[in-house]
Amino acid sequence: MRDASPAKIYALHIGVIALLFALNFILPDYHQGLFARIMALAVFAMGYNLLFGYGGLLSLGHAMFFSAGLYGAGLTVYHLGWGVPEAFVVGIACGALLALVIGLLALRTSGVAFMIVTMMFAQVFYLLILYFAAWTGGDQGLVIQQASRVVAIGGASFDLTDPTVRYMIALALFSIILLVTLATVRSRFGRVLVAIRENEERTKMLGYDTVANKLAAVVASGAICAASGAAYALLFGYVGSSFASIQYSILPLLWVLLGGAATTLGPLIGTLFMYYVTDITSGFTSAYLLIVGVALILLVLFFPKGVLGSIRERWLGWLP
Amino acid sequence: MKPLLTTKGLSRNFGGLRAVDGVDFALMPGEIRAIIGPNGAGKTTFVSLLSGRIRPSSGMVVFDGADITAMPAYKRVRLGVAYTFQITSVFANLTAFDNVALPVQRTLTDGRTKGQVRSGVMAALERTGLADRAGTLAGQLSYGHQRLLEVAMGLALKPRLLILDEPTQGLADSEIDNFITLVREIARNATVLLIEHNMPVVMQLADRITVFNSGKILAEGTPGEIRANTQVQDAYLGATHG
Repeated sequence: MRDASPAKIYALHIGVIALLFALNFILPDYHQGLFARIMALAVFAMGYNLLFGYGGLLSLGHAMFFSAGLYGAGLTVYHLGWGVPEAFVVGIACGALLALVIGLLALRTSGVAFMIVTMMFAQVFYLLILYFAAWTGGDQGLVIQQASRVVAIGGASFDLTDPTVRYMIALALFSIILLVTLATVRSRFGRVLVAIRENEERTKMLGYDTVANKLAAVVASGAICAASGAAYALLFGYVGSSFASIQYSILPLLWVLLGGAATTLGPLIGTLFMYYVTDITSGFTSAYLLIVGVALILLVLFFPKGVLGSIRERWLGWLP
Repeated sequence: MKPLLTTKGLSRNFGGLRAVDGVDFALMPGEIRAIIGPNGAGKTTFVSLLSGRIRPSSGMVVFDGADITAMPAYKRVRLGVAYTFQITSVFANLTAFDNVALPVQRTLTDGRTKGQVRSGVMAALERTGLADRAGTLAGQLSYGHQRLLEVAMGLALKPRLLILDEPTQGLADSEIDNFITLVREIARNATVLLIEHNMPVVMQLADRITVFNSGKILAEGTPGEIRANTQVQDAYLGATHG
């Protein structure tokens, strides 16, 4: 954060949010839907980035936090018939609680062991979802009916299946988490997280309880990822075990690496890029993963620190 | 006057090697104490036991009347035991400002100091002459400046005991003079314990000197007494200054 002028930084972030707001009225229907999905998933990436990019902890199990939110929200609507806002809060609470427990156990390790331990826990979570198929719908998943996805606030009611409502809710969640992330990484806590990433031993010798700080980061990260999962379930009406699979632990890592680890806007760029490359290439060929792979290799070659990470390194040192 | 820090029978084994062997040590408040001794005498291990970076095999450490033997390092730092590393270990990818902001915000959180992070950081940087380099990445500073940054970080912790592990290593002669002035200044508010190989620096700075050899204290006294001690001459001064 060299020459960081707060006004410039906040203007940039507000500008991005304003641009996304304007896109709602410009984008064709199909892309409007895609963008809503991308914004919801970018929240997942931002949650991952907080822990990985800033805290330097590489987890391979974040699918469990995303799906804790997904199932936490989805199942309360499906089985208990709760309202959307309550279900959303339940989803976040599930993710935060799970992150606290997993964090307490997994933070006894570091480095490669941390990757493996988080991955194993995520696999356990995935298998539990399949095992309790009677409630979770197993690998078929559950569809949340349109009737349960209507929010009544005051006299007005919002139908979450309406494209504009969906877009705006995804944008609202994205904006809040973006600004929360920005405030966090510029805070004292953010500075300590980066210090732990850079040199944990040294950070201890400055009087910091690094384990407690890492645990706080795991819980914050888990809660944000769960918020993404909960929003995804409620906005798109589907809860499925594929979201708990290993693929969804690796995707946020890819999104963050592509966009730029430890940059506030990188997760959005990475998610957007991956989604569109997949979307466009799968229209041409069934071998689209091959093209996605080539695109990834090119990016790693020319933007080793991700899109925004490399831009920050070369031109814009002030990017947070 | 009661000592600020004492150790009783402090030992640490690495496998079969007794790196620190039953050391009884006392440090009075406000003094500048130098620890000298040949390589491998156990000096760094000893101060690491004081700072809590490593655990003793046996013995105890008492700081300001409290037994801190089992206390983790970060809590000792909060009590006021600060340690600066032998091998420069500033945060290379952070600016000098952020490096010092970490200890400053620590003391603010603990309530040991008041005010703003920025003013605390700039005060520590000014004391070490680094104020005009606040925005530079620490990794891009010269070696001498990195060592000073390390001291600035130690200072910003507002320590009651500042442990400096070979602080002048790699400094130019001109920088060493400034450094001696700086340590004298620090010692007005804190007790200083330094491991140092540079004899002129030790003789100028130290109120008392403790000589380590083979994990034990060989001798202790004023610079004059140590200079006159024949055992020390044989074990250490003789060997290197023969």
